[in-house]
Amino acid sequence: MKFRTFTRHLREGTKNIFRNGWMTIASIGAVTTTLILVGVFLAIVLNLNEFAKNIESDVEIKVLVDLTTEEDDVIALGDQLRQIEGVENVYFSSNDEELESLTNSLGEEGRAWELFEQDNPLNHAYVVKAETPQETERIAEEIMEFDHIYNVTFGQDIVDKLFEFNNYARIIGLVLIAALVLTAVFLISNTIKITIIARSTEISIQKLVGATNGFIRWPFFVEGLLLGVLGSIIPIAVVLFGYHYIAENLASQINISFVEILEFNPFAWYLSLGILLIGAAIGVWGSVMSVRKFLKV
Amino acid sequence: MILMEDVHKTYPNGVTALNGINVDIKQGEFVYIVGHSGAGKSTFIKLIYREEKPTKGNIVINDIELSKMKERKVPYLRREIGVVFQDFKLLPRLTVYENVAYALEVIEETPKGIRTRVMEVLEEVGLKNKARFLPAELSGGEQQRVSIARAIVNRPRIVIADEPTGNLDPETSWGIMKTFEEINDKGTTIIMATHSKEIVNTIKNRVIAIEDGVIVRDEQRGEYGYEV
Repeated sequence: MKFRTFTRHLREGTKNIFRNGWMTIASIGAVTTTLILVGVFLAIVLNLNEFAKNIESDVEIKVLVDLTTEEDDVIALGDQLRQIEGVENVYFSSNDEELESLTNSLGEEGRAWELFEQDNPLNHAYVVKAETPQETERIAEEIMEFDHIYNVTFGQDIVDKLFEFNNYARIIGLVLIAALVLTAVFLISNTIKITIIARSTEISIQKLVGATNGFIRWPFFVEGLLLGVLGSIIPIAVVLFGYHYIAENLASQINISFVEILEFNPFAWYLSLGILLIGAAIGVWGSVMSVRKFLKV
Repeated sequence: MILMEDVHKTYPNGVTALNGINVDIKQGEFVYIVGHSGAGKSTFIKLIYREEKPTKGNIVINDIELSKMKERKVPYLRREIGVVFQDFKLLPRLTVYENVAYALEVIEETPKGIRTRVMEVLEEVGLKNKARFLPAELSGGEQQRVSIARAIVNRPRIVIADEPTGNLDPETSWGIMKTFEEINDKGTTIIMATHSKEIVNTIKNRVIAIEDGVIVRDEQRGEYGYEV
């Protein structure tokens, strides 16, 4: 395509946006509403994903060593653990460290445990981390067969429930997003259809004088793209300001260490880019859908 | 030039418009298509610029067999054929100049080429001084001249006119006919469907009469042949 023709299509497409007045506003409104909802859902789903991933990757196996075990055997057990297939790393936590972390985690009440500092009743422990969370269970079972093991624990139930919840959340979120996107596509294609009907004489004349389908289609393509992009402005603003607010204020109030939302930068920017792309795609899809029918001779 | 062999056309609703048309029109001819309303004149014309496809039979335009023509080649066929309608089909928001320039824009002519050619054609149809007018500011005859200008602006080898004088008073019609004759003199084939007995009987040309979807008469320098 010649550059001149390209600028003509841009001009025509832009003109249509203004020419179609209320219909333009209606379809931009439809895209805006859709994209705000899509943005919110995406933010939630992606955060849930991240949250689940964090917890998944935090799943560790705690191996308590039998109290009567000799020091050499404790060290040997560590080597044995490291050799299990699928183990990422093994961390030794002596009974003193265990007591300290117990005392700390209980805060004021934990002071009672300080009495035991001289006569520590706790076990030495190994913290084993699997390469992938799915392997945790197999590794834990393998460890239980070893000698000098007092107990093996890991948060399998929680992990399973979380996996499940996360899967549902993901599916529901995606289904909702797909439904919203389809609605917006439908609305845009209708808007453009109306503008096409209004311009049917123009199109029939274009065909008559030998315009190719591509030539006729381009301005509508541009129009759809613009509708989508214009419709994504408010949602992007909502996402940027809203997420900024949540990241700054709410997150510090919730103050649960393991619930951590994705950082504003870059997440909110990526999300905005995503919204822009979805908006553009909705617009183009809608316009292509509606023009196609009219070009069949 | 234009060749039809045993062309049939039945519309999806079951109406048979053409029922075995055989015709051969040479480059540079001026042909009237006459017949009662509903006889198949418009279908005949639409087949030429491939607005419609025949249900059966062969159509050859400028040595191209239309049935073998790919869909995406159709626009290029139409650039060889100018079409003029009874209702002008001008774009009301565009000026006379823009309406004519439109046909060149679509085929990606250069801006300079467009300017020169449009003014040339407007002069040819006698509307050079009305280039900046909107269609609504012109008389019916003038509007039809604009649509003729648009039809010939990219120098088609064939001009098709579907009752071009149907909406015009007799005096204006003669002016329009004169324009068509001038175009024809330059070697462009003209195919004109008309109901005007006066025109056909005065400006003598080949006459093809269609009745019930078949050609009932095909005479060089023929008469209209119907009572109006």
